Amino acid sequence: MLSLPLPGGIRRNPYSLVGDPHDRRKWRIAVRRQEQSRGGSAWLHESAREGQPLKVSMPANLFPMARLARHHILIAGGIGVTPIVSHARELARLGHSFEVHYAHRAPEFGVLVDELRQLAGGDVYCYVASRNEMLDFRQLLAERPLGTHAYLCGPQGMVENFHQVARDMGWPDTHVHSERFLAPPPGEAFAVKLARSGREVAVPGDQSMLEALEAAGAEPPFLCRGGACGQCETEVIACDSAFQHNDLFLSQPERDSGRKIMPCVSRIAGGCITINL
Amino acid sequence: MAIAFHDETFRNDYTYRNSDEGVRRFPFPFGQDEYMYSVNIEPHAGGAPGSVYEHAFDIDEHYVSECRDRAITLERDPGRCESLPHMIDAEWDVLELIMTSLARDYPDHFRLRQDGTHWHWINLPLGIEQSFVFGDAATLPYPPFEYITRQTQGDFVILDQRDGDLWADSGMITQQADWSLTFDVGMSFKEWHGPVPRAHEIGVFDRALKYLLMLQLGKPVRRLNWTMTVNPRLDTAPETYPEWGQDRASVTPDNVAKKVHLRVELQTLFRLPRSNGVLFSIRGYLASVGDLARYPRWGKRLHRVLRDLPQDLAEYKGLVRYKPTVVAWLSQQDDGAALEVGTHPE
Ligand code: FES
Repeated sequence: MLSLPLPGGIRRNPYSLVGDPHDRRKWRIAVRRQEQSRGGSAWLHESAREGQPLKVSMPANLFPMARLARHHILIAGGIGVTPIVSHARELARLGHSFEVHYAHRAPEFGVLVDELRQLAGGDVYCYVASRNEMLDFRQLLAERPLGTHAYLCGPQGMVENFHQVARDMGWPDTHVHSERFLAPPPGEAFAVKLARSGREVAVPGDQSMLEALEAAGAEPPFLCRGGACGQCETEVIACDSAFQHNDLFLSQPERDSGRKIMPCVSRIAGGCITINL
Repeated sequence: MAIAFHDETFRNDYTYRNSDEGVRRFPFPFGQDEYMYSVNIEPHAGGAPGSVYEHAFDIDEHYVSECRDRAITLERDPGRCESLPHMIDAEWDVLELIMTSLARDYPDHFRLRQDGTHWHWINLPLGIEQSFVFGDAATLPYPPFEYITRQTQGDFVILDQRDGDLWADSGMITQQADWSLTFDVGMSFKEWHGPVPRAHEIGVFDRALKYLLMLQLGKPVRRLNWTMTVNPRLDTAPETYPEWGQDRASVTPDNVAKKVHLRVELQTLFRLPRSNGVLFSIRGYLASVGDLARYPRWGKRLHRVLRDLPQDLAEYKGLVRYKPTVVAWLSQQDDGAALEVGTHPE
């Protein structure tokens, strides 16, 4: 996660590490310049200067590898190739059996193909849309030996299609991998009203409700900060918007009642929530 | 600050003792008069200076003797340290995490020089100096996980994450508390925690597992667990039961304050960077009931918790036999006054 000092304020963007994980001296990322960039990629391409310090958070592994797999099929769509390169590097180092399938729009978008070829040799297959080459999941996943794992990183539609096809073909879910999310996704900004003091606290989109309450000087209870322990359970008095429950604690009836929320990971889709605090 | 390491034993003549400071910093686990099983996990992000939570891995006055006791146990039973072949990257991750943490947190005692993959490690308390190549196991006298955990207090398990579960595929277990079932390398999280009474009914493990699957690099977590043990013995594993089992019958009103120990485990979990494994560290602390009762708050609270402990939990923790003697002794220290919530000694 990089914190980028854009003119409109700090933006925190996640990027995949593509370098050698055993090199402790540097982290390497690949950033594609988005045509309708919201500022992040354009800023990195145009304004970032060598020697300029940026705040970086600890890396997270959103895409772990199954170490006991017998064979690995790595599939990349577009800029989703970045974590795939890291996996290929790791598998090559471990001497595991693997192959790479890389779908992209046009030859000039095939960044990192050379690097993949160095790692996987002849087992790199490219599917270039401008040449009408199509990646067919049905073909790709057919008649694979037991113990094969498949990984995909790409746009959301491609991911859904991939899981659907794999399920239809009888692949166990545990052998089909796509990026997972660790932290609850940020959401929309909303307001919290504290019933006991009558105060109102604004929760920005990139902050949790718990963090916003703490920043405002309230002292809500908490322990795990990950939706598991139940300590932060808070009574809801009113809510004019939809709940986004991301915790592991509340039961379905509790969620349905609309009377409870776990502020460490859960939020609402904009609007205002009144809590008993 | 330099730690004064004790020369003491955890078997035979049991010369293990806590200093005054050792008792004061003891991680007393009971914040309330009643003990309840819960998901008591919280971020392991430092703690008060001098407390057992201050550093990633706590080193205390028992360090040298505890490492020696581990070496004795391993000598008798090398199978207490095991690691499956696919865990080798995780082993190096653990070695790196522990060496860099100790060198950073205890510069008077541990030093690490890293020059690319050429590393030089100095452990002053144990008198160890080792040059090795990171990633090349042939350059160390033991495999990396065994090498570094022979030099660290507490038991260690490395969990491999796959198929939506955590698998205990490496372990250095020489201080296992008697109430656990035999630990087997290759067990899943659920199998390993299977026999804890009550916990399943309230969904504790499902929630804890899901939480741990999402554990992030650089954001370790911790929890406390507790049991009791007769004599300050570390190796109370099922395998050596004949050596210590009969100790439970040796508790009398005269020796209970010295003989019976509260055993608290500070369990910490760290995501590992390259292997995506999870290091599970189980760091045990022992304090005699008599030492704890020197702080009246602790004496009274321990009395109430033990007195009201449900029978199935007492059985599970293996304290049924001598619990009445402990409770009777502690009841003399308890005037029944209300205690404020919290684990602090004073
Ligand atoms: S702090 Fe643990 S569930 Fe919210």
